[in-house]
Amino acid sequence: MRRNYGPIYVAPITFWLCAFLSVPLLITLSYSFMEKGLYGGVELHFSLAAYKSLLNTAVLKVLLNTIIIAVASTTIIVILALPTAYYIARSSKKNILLMLIIIPFWTNFLIRIYAWIAILGSNGLLNSFLLSTGLIDSHIQFLYNRYAIILVIIYTTIPFAIFPLYSTIEKFDFSLIEAAMDLGASKKRALWEVMIPNIRTGIITAVLFTFIPIFGNFAVPQLVGGTSSWMLGNLIVRELNITRNWPLASSISVVLTSVTMIGVLFFMRSQSKKEL
Amino acid sequence: MKSSQVTIENVSKNFGDFFALKNTSLTISKGGFYSLLGPSGCGKTTLLRIIGGFEMPTEGAVYFDGVNVLPLPPNKRHVNTIFQNYALFPHLTVFENVAFALRLKKIGEKEIKISVQENLELVRMETESKKYPRQLSGGQKQRIAIARALINQPQVLLLDEPLSALDAKLRQHMLLELDAIHDKVGITFIYVTHDQAEALSVSDQVCVLNKGEIQQIGTPSEIYESPANEFVARFIGETNYIRGKITAITDAEHAVFESPDYGNFTIYLDKPVQEGSEVAVTVRPEKIRIAPEKPEKLPPDVNVLSGVVEDMIYTGFQTKYFVRVSQNKEPLVVFRQHVQYFMDEKPITWKDKVSIWWNTKDSFMVEVNR
Repeated sequence: MRRNYGPIYVAPITFWLCAFLSVPLLITLSYSFMEKGLYGGVELHFSLAAYKSLLNTAVLKVLLNTIIIAVASTTIIVILALPTAYYIARSSKKNILLMLIIIPFWTNFLIRIYAWIAILGSNGLLNSFLLSTGLIDSHIQFLYNRYAIILVIIYTTIPFAIFPLYSTIEKFDFSLIEAAMDLGASKKRALWEVMIPNIRTGIITAVLFTFIPIFGNFAVPQLVGGTSSWMLGNLIVRELNITRNWPLASSISVVLTSVTMIGVLFFMRSQSKKEL
Repeated sequence: MKSSQVTIENVSKNFGDFFALKNTSLTISKGGFYSLLGPSGCGKTTLLRIIGGFEMPTEGAVYFDGVNVLPLPPNKRHVNTIFQNYALFPHLTVFENVAFALRLKKIGEKEIKISVQENLELVRMETESKKYPRQLSGGQKQRIAIARALINQPQVLLLDEPLSALDAKLRQHMLLELDAIHDKVGITFIYVTHDQAEALSVSDQVCVLNKGEIQQIGTPSEIYESPANEFVARFIGETNYIRGKITAITDAEHAVFESPDYGNFTIYLDKPVQEGSEVAVTVRPEKIRIAPEKPEKLPPDVNVLSGVVEDMIYTGFQTKYFVRVSQNKEPLVVFRQHVQYFMDEKPITWKDKVSIWWNTKDSFMVEVNR
């Protein structure tokens, strides 16, 4: 009989995930139920204080803002990424186009956000252009609001939607579209009723790959958002580094992780039900 | 169901420098089973896609009952297609696959149910309606594809190599079933295939294509028995292809043919020729008889040659002999049917000297150069 080496194959990743994902998560979870230390850190006493202080309107406002930004950007990303991925998959220059999407990654993430500040800032490229054409008389502040955050998040995250969509569309059998048109569907109808359901796994992956990092994002709102458009990530950073309220930072992390998980599970469930 | 006559008029199609179809014209009669036969790349699928509306011809027109359909997109033509890989929708059940065309038309649920049921019964798949395509066998998928294509009541059904993904036995079976469905629904079938046996067995008319050009149009037996040129002769079945010259015309029907490779024999004049014409004749292997010795009594009008069995292939119901008649050319191919294997006086085997003969009427002239 041949030995089954399966468990050995997955041992390294199991160790990795336990050490660097599960353990930190457990630490975060337990910190969230403790008392805050005087200069940061925690006191080893059980306490619900952190969660109680979550229930204030300021925090809930940030949570709501985070959900709005994450849902809006994810939706726009999928809507933009779908036709892009379709075009790339059907193009004869696939490799060049995919390369063009990868190239921005060669530049540091923060530098790319600063580039947007250079474009959108009140003395930025966009303002100077609009002023020179005479479309506006005075500088407009495009930055430091929710829209700027959504715009920059879309820019930084859209490749993560394009790639999974591309790979499923690329494998999609386009004779199915011809078959649908043959049976009386218009091209639009055929794409909607035959292609979309058959690339569902790609759409699910695209949504997960974008929604999760957007929900926990803090760098983008930190740099292009104002205090009024903070996301949960910013709160965590503040509680951890400035206010040094580690239990509160942990409890926000727990909320963030749970909301993401519940959202994701709900989404995956509703999608897999359709398959049956 | 209502059926249409399809007329292809001077249709050409090129993809860049490649000519897929050259000035093709043909008429496909109402309710017929019409085959487009040829090797891959001959233009048969391109022609089918032009009829279906998936490809625009570079030149020419396509008429259904006299109406030019070229301006119409595929969804506006009364044509449905059976695709080579079936193209069943993997995310829909068998029922929904068949109902797809009706759902687009916003027809009531009750009517859809009745209609789908009818079409599934037609292909004997009514019990599988809840399954998904991935749960079906190749033959079942094929049947669903047929039911789905017929539910729209097309006037013409296009079949693009529909049996190529099935194994040989199933192919035979599905072919008969297709023929039965054709008889039942009575619409025009246009059948694309590279398999000459498929085309010959079910078609009313066969159009042989090569390199974008029509080689011959005719009934299966016309195509097989009197091929129009060397391509058709060699593509359809096996044949012996002999080049030579007419040396003398003996009477209205016969002439003496001289082949540099096989010697002199008599041919039947199925086409007008003159003395001195360079011609090529074909004789099908099953038309040639073979025996260890020249029979004492031979019917009139036969050509007799003698040779040596160079090779043989035994295939059960018959043996294929390669008989070398002369040293410098390909051996002639002869089939010997084993109707009475053990009653044959002498089995023929390698290196045996044999006599072969055929009736002069069994050879056909395929090329005549005056």
